[in-house]
Amino acid sequence: MSPDSGRPRSLFEKVWDAHLVKAETADTPAMLYVDLHLVHEVTSPQAFSVLAERGLKVRRPDRTLATIDHATPTLDFAPGEAPPYATDAARKQVETLQANASAHGITLHGWDSEHRGVVHVIGPELGATQPGMTIVCGDSHTATHGAFGALAFGIGTTEVGHVLATQCLLQRKPKSMRITLDGPTAPGVSAKDIILAVIAEIGVDGGTGCVIEYAGEAIEALDMEGRMTVCNMSIEAGARAGMIAADETTFAWLKGREHVPSDPHKWDMAVTHWSHFRSDPGARFDHEVVIDATRIRPMVTWGTAPDTGIAVDAPVPAARSASHARALGYMQFEAGKPVSGAKVDQVFIGSCTNSRITDLRAAAAIMSGRRVAPGVRALVVPGSVAVRKQAEAEGLDRIFIEAGAEWRQPGCSMCIAMNGDKGEPGQLIVSTSNRNFEGRQGPGARTVLASPATAAAAAIAGHVIDPATLMEPAHA
Amino acid sequence: MPERFTTLTSRTFVIDQEDIDTDQIIPARFLTTTSRDGLGDKAFHDWRYDSEGKPLETVALNALDTETHRILVAGRNFGCGSSREHAPWALHDFGFRAVISSEIADIFRSNAAKNGLLPILAPKEAHDWLLAHPDVEITVDLAAQRVEMGNGPGFGFTIEPFARHCLMEGTDPLGFLTANEDAITAYETQTA
Repeated sequence: MSPDSGRPRSLFEKVWDAHLVKAETADTPAMLYVDLHLVHEVTSPQAFSVLAERGLKVRRPDRTLATIDHATPTLDFAPGEAPPYATDAARKQVETLQANASAHGITLHGWDSEHRGVVHVIGPELGATQPGMTIVCGDSHTATHGAFGALAFGIGTTEVGHVLATQCLLQRKPKSMRITLDGPTAPGVSAKDIILAVIAEIGVDGGTGCVIEYAGEAIEALDMEGRMTVCNMSIEAGARAGMIAADETTFAWLKGREHVPSDPHKWDMAVTHWSHFRSDPGARFDHEVVIDATRIRPMVTWGTAPDTGIAVDAPVPAARSASHARALGYMQFEAGKPVSGAKVDQVFIGSCTNSRITDLRAAAAIMSGRRVAPGVRALVVPGSVAVRKQAEAEGLDRIFIEAGAEWRQPGCSMCIAMNGDKGEPGQLIVSTSNRNFEGRQGPGARTVLASPATAAAAAIAGHVIDPATLMEPAHA
Repeated sequence: MPERFTTLTSRTFVIDQEDIDTDQIIPARFLTTTSRDGLGDKAFHDWRYDSEGKPLETVALNALDTETHRILVAGRNFGCGSSREHAPWALHDFGFRAVISSEIADIFRSNAAKNGLLPILAPKEAHDWLLAHPDVEITVDLAAQRVEMGNGPGFGFTIEPFARHCLMEGTDPLGFLTANEDAITAYETQTA
């Protein structure tokens, strides 16, 4: 079906319809074709084992892209030396992916690749992520790629095996939700603040069963990095996917990247094709949410679920349930008092949510000419080798290092805390990542989710603070 | 390949907590495995063990007879968070065969059904009753899509028909996909 035929359809429906290998019936789900399958070391070994057990090959190695990110160390190591893995199991997991990729002819951006990095950073960076595509990965933050108008979602390892073997996935058509963010945001309010406000509004399960389309002036005004931050956290509201229609901002960002057409005529054809993938006027959604974005302020979370975002200086709400009371106890926060002022032990700037160049620029703007507070450990982990190089070309690494922060090699690092980068029991971590679950950043560690600017400000002040207070340049 | 799931009569184990995320079910640092087996020891690890790795005697999960307690009843929005299939692998290996909540996160639900762990969505009233009556014997009938609860109110539940079929047959959906090879090839030819 042509993207423009028939009744008004949403962006999601257009991408869905264009990828139906077999329509769903009462008894069987739809067979959905997958344009791009992203693979990493943690959720793939058991899937490759199933292929081996059944004597199956990878159907489309050319549509499969692998990297190593979750369990990899972010410490420096000399060329020729073995990477300093935290555990032997992590080393074995990476070596297993290397062997599987090699056996099946899959491109792996491993240790020697200039394109290595967090899977949801490198897909877009390479231009492998494109509007109108279906993209899956054994990772719940795959929704990130929806920022380009792709239908992208996380799958389990059994499904990773399905896609490796058949390039298809069995899916029931999800419901649709449009979240419109009206009005410009106030100066100093970032994409992270927007998505934390959205999740606080609809709840940690508000998007369950849905694909979300983000729309409205506040979304259109975001750069691509900001749009990725927004779509990335769709899963934290329970939604499998989040999408934003591609526009001139998208096309300008993609132009010249490795996987997009370089020939001018082919590029124009691609842009024309991509431009079809937007919701028609009159397209219907199962749920509509409208949020006044002009009221959003720098946000932090007070609890152990991502829907506990509040303005940085707003009072922590009284516990509404036993789960809330438990969260307050775990976080050691007091209802009625703001999170600002809470003493910080560690700051983590990184993750598939906030490790791109604009994120690092925002953090560097706050840290420039200032020092990380005594007793605070600040970790800056770029999302990819390319982001790291770009930051170094701009001198951001010097700013971080001179401030006393650690400038690391790319990886998921302290977002998932399985590579040795972690918090200690009881420590408070202000983190630009996506999850503040109990123990997520190390057993007993307490996580406050925030934007890069708010995290950087916390590192400088030694406590949680409104980043606006540090947005004027420091006097040398 | 999971075993066939038809009916299950067992006692319930209740965790009356909302939003139990996948990091609680199995912490990420245990995901550096290349196998799907043997993860039961890691299920709810940080609730069950102290910082030295010793089992906490006060934690009911550590004293649970999983031969008699195969049904987990949990608060609303169970399994939120990551896509890690290690979560249902760990719960299954621990001994659970069904999980009941009023709401179960999408990816967890999809993963559970592929691994012999039946996700059951209970209506609020029945869910509240189960939370308030821990350790009761109930019977799950997947063919009839019903749960009978002795003295409590029984209830019907919905499950995606193909997931139900695969659970009842003990099969993986991969066979269905590979059987449709021609349709895949046709799609690839048409869109090339």
